[in-house]
Amino acid sequence: MLPVEMTVNGGRRRGVVEPRRTLADYLREDCALTGTHLGCEHGVCGACTVFLDGEAVRSCLLFAVQADGSEVTTIEGLGGADGALSPVQDAFREEHGLQCGFCTPGFVVSVTALLAENSAPSETEVREALSGNLCRCTGYQGIVRAVQRAAEESR
Amino acid sequence: MSLSTAGRFVGQSVKRREDPRLLTGHGRYVDDIVIPGMLHCTFVRSDAARGRIVRVDVDAARALDGVIAVLTADDLNPHAGTMQPTMLLTTPGAPLRPLAATDVRFVGEPIVLVVAESRYLAEDAAELVEIEIESEPAVIDVERALDADVPIVHPELGTNLGAEMAFPIAPELEALLQGENVVKRTFRQQRHTPVPMETRGVVVEYEPAAGELHAWMSTQNPHEAKHAMARVTGVPAHLVRVEGHDVGGGFGQKFFTPREELVVALAARRLGRTLKWIEDRRENLIASNHARADVAHCTFAHDADGRLTGSYIDHIEDAGSFPIGATGGAGALVGLLFTGPYKCPVASLRTRAVWTNTCGRGAYRGPWMFETVAREQMVDAAARAIGIDPLEWRRRNVVPTAELPYTLPTGLPLDMVSPSETLEQAVEIIGYDAFRVEQRRAFAEEGRLLGVGLGLYVEPSTGMMDPMGTETAVVRVNPTGQVTVALGTGSHGQGIETTMAQVVAEELGIDYDDVTIVQGDSSVTAYGRGTGGSGTAVIAGNSCRNACAIVRTKAIEIAAHLMEAAPDDLEIVDAQIAVRGTPTRSVAWAEVARIAHLETARLPDGMEVGLEATATFKAPAFSWSNACHACTVEVDRATGVVTILRYVVSEDCGVMINPMIVEGQVAGGVVQGIGGTLYEHFIYDDDGNPLTTTFMDYLLPTTTEVPTIEYGHVETPAPTPGGHKGMGEGGAIGSPPAIFNAVADALALVGATIDHTPLSPDVIFAALG
Repeated sequence: MLPVEMTVNGGRRRGVVEPRRTLADYLREDCALTGTHLGCEHGVCGACTVFLDGEAVRSCLLFAVQADGSEVTTIEGLGGADGALSPVQDAFREEHGLQCGFCTPGFVVSVTALLAENSAPSETEVREALSGNLCRCTGYQGIVRAVQRAAEESR
Repeated sequence: MSLSTAGRFVGQSVKRREDPRLLTGHGRYVDDIVIPGMLHCTFVRSDAARGRIVRVDVDAARALDGVIAVLTADDLNPHAGTMQPTMLLTTPGAPLRPLAATDVRFVGEPIVLVVAESRYLAEDAAELVEIEIESEPAVIDVERALDADVPIVHPELGTNLGAEMAFPIAPELEALLQGENVVKRTFRQQRHTPVPMETRGVVVEYEPAAGELHAWMSTQNPHEAKHAMARVTGVPAHLVRVEGHDVGGGFGQKFFTPREELVVALAARRLGRTLKWIEDRRENLIASNHARADVAHCTFAHDADGRLTGSYIDHIEDAGSFPIGATGGAGALVGLLFTGPYKCPVASLRTRAVWTNTCGRGAYRGPWMFETVAREQMVDAAARAIGIDPLEWRRRNVVPTAELPYTLPTGLPLDMVSPSETLEQAVEIIGYDAFRVEQRRAFAEEGRLLGVGLGLYVEPSTGMMDPMGTETAVVRVNPTGQVTVALGTGSHGQGIETTMAQVVAEELGIDYDDVTIVQGDSSVTAYGRGTGGSGTAVIAGNSCRNACAIVRTKAIEIAAHLMEAAPDDLEIVDAQIAVRGTPTRSVAWAEVARIAHLETARLPDGMEVGLEATATFKAPAFSWSNACHACTVEVDRATGVVTILRYVVSEDCGVMINPMIVEGQVAGGVVQGIGGTLYEHFIYDDDGNPLTTTFMDYLLPTTTEVPTIEYGHVETPAPTPGGHKGMGEGGAIGSPPAIFNAVADALALVGATIDHTPLSPDVIFAALG
């Protein structure tokens, strides 16, 4: 067992974990932040995407100990107080960018990361940036529209 | 386009009520459920497709610290009731068992259940379980499975033929099929699987002192899950509760209650402990239900004018080893619906469901959709063979609206559909004639292979079998006037909490924000059909309407009594019950609700206290929706890669409750069809070993393969209240043949042909020679 300490959604978290414990399991079980979802546990579907020191990463492919000393932001840390939606979250709702909602946290994190890097992506750039996240419900139609809406509204 | 006047809420693209919690990470899916003392399960599965179990050694696993139990067939099977996942559809044949005992019948069949204090420990223990299987030759090729020299998948049954339905071939049809203008083709659709992003999972708590079993499950159908668990565990049904909460997609896979969930329930009952099992993705791919493994030999006869005169389909579906739901249920509808929206005087069919040593077949969005795949691909092949454009073939043969109702040659009554209108709308939106010009130019001048394809279908909604066509709604008005509605549905992405609130608010004349929907819980809702089979709008929607009618009548009676007015003169507008034409004479809806509960002396003499109603709706045996899909593609001659250029859906689902959600459902179905036609292929080798067990091998469409989908709407209201029709599955039904036909159209420019999917680059490359 190893001690880990990290900042999660702005708060300090200390824990003791097995070296093999994934960051995803640490967030979901030890931190009770169940918004991070596991769709494949082999790094393809992107449902478990979180911010690690500002970069979007797959928490199923990282061990919790690798995040020691880091700053982690999950889907729960993106909205405002009192359940207010972030601009990206709001755009997903406006454009019907989700149905079952299981892949959604990963998409919202990936889109937030994309728009932080490129505030006016073309449709091709949007599609390429999101090609590492799988959605089985929406056919990606509302998701692509939501990114464009969030980009427009942030301008 | 002629859409009916939208209501205040029905017909509006109301934003979904589910979204804020799902967008902020506060949904509650089954893996988010944590119960004190909860233990974790994992299965040890067969790595052989067929063979005898020689040895199962669990001693080392049992000895591991943190392991609570390692259960084998000896521990569980003798205590199990029937494993049949549903009593709705009879499943002849497959001898279901909790865990494999003496032999295995597909790779992935569960043999041992490990229970430990954490999932990590359960997986450690699973690695210590030693299983020795003496492999035997497996039955993998469905087209060889009925040959005499092939082993029998289920020795108890003595045959690999699971189900068969055949109509006689009338002499006149026989003559037509031997005559002029006859086209014969064989089409094959590859095995693929629903792949919800959330895998299956269940948490089962058994409290021995109370004798109650409480499960949280990723399910489309909490009531049937409850009854299945009651049958397996022996806990009486009224002491079993199944809750769904948020469900991360299903597409049919979570409609019936699969084997693993029942085994975990049985184990929880035996151990008296709370168990959690969350399927991993490999398990979901290899051992949840598969679908779409079909072959059909098709024959169309035409007259000299290219009109269809006779049809025959000989269909085989791969049932796998332990199908979930009906064996051969898909095939019967493949046969009965094969001629679809086209006039055909005489037809016959044979459909067979065949056992193989593979993962069992189960429901997947339009389980019988191969009727549309086979027919629409056949239409294009026939048109090319007799020398007319596929669009022209459809125009000559589609049932005109003026000739409805039309009885299909198999006896099914077709009515209240608009196939010719959706066909014309789709070809107009996609610019069919202009595309033909561009196609010829691009080929002649640049050698490029462009193609256009159509997929036209009619889809029956489930109403034929009890209780698939029935739903019960409880509409309960609180003393505040706000309304709680209980439905036996299992929403898994459809937005039922939104759409059903729209219907109830519309019917009661109150605000949408004052209605909440409770569903996905077998103990607080009346028995219901679950969510599937494109049934919610029609069946749940109208059960809500029927209950609202009772509540509305009573509220108006109370208001009439209070105002000394005649009930017939009153209406409910914006939560005020007012005299029609004199809105100043009114009483607030909330005041009526308050009086009904809390000031009961003011109610009319003899009126029952309270304001709530329970009502059911039974759908007619057949209610049809229809659509036409049109797409254009380019086939890269150098790489064999297919690119979809444009995609159009013209659909008729009657009156839409929420157009945004309708288009979302259509889009999701279309993209599953794109995956199923171009990419998704669950592959077994000749010995039955699965080769596509991760998302790196089993390819789903991503943002970069999917075009923007364009929609057209035609509205032919259904003859049921509200005028809605089913539309959840259609997107996945019409898309595969539209894409296939577009690719075939492009390949026809150079004389190349295709007859099976997926249309992966190697298949296209081979076709191009």
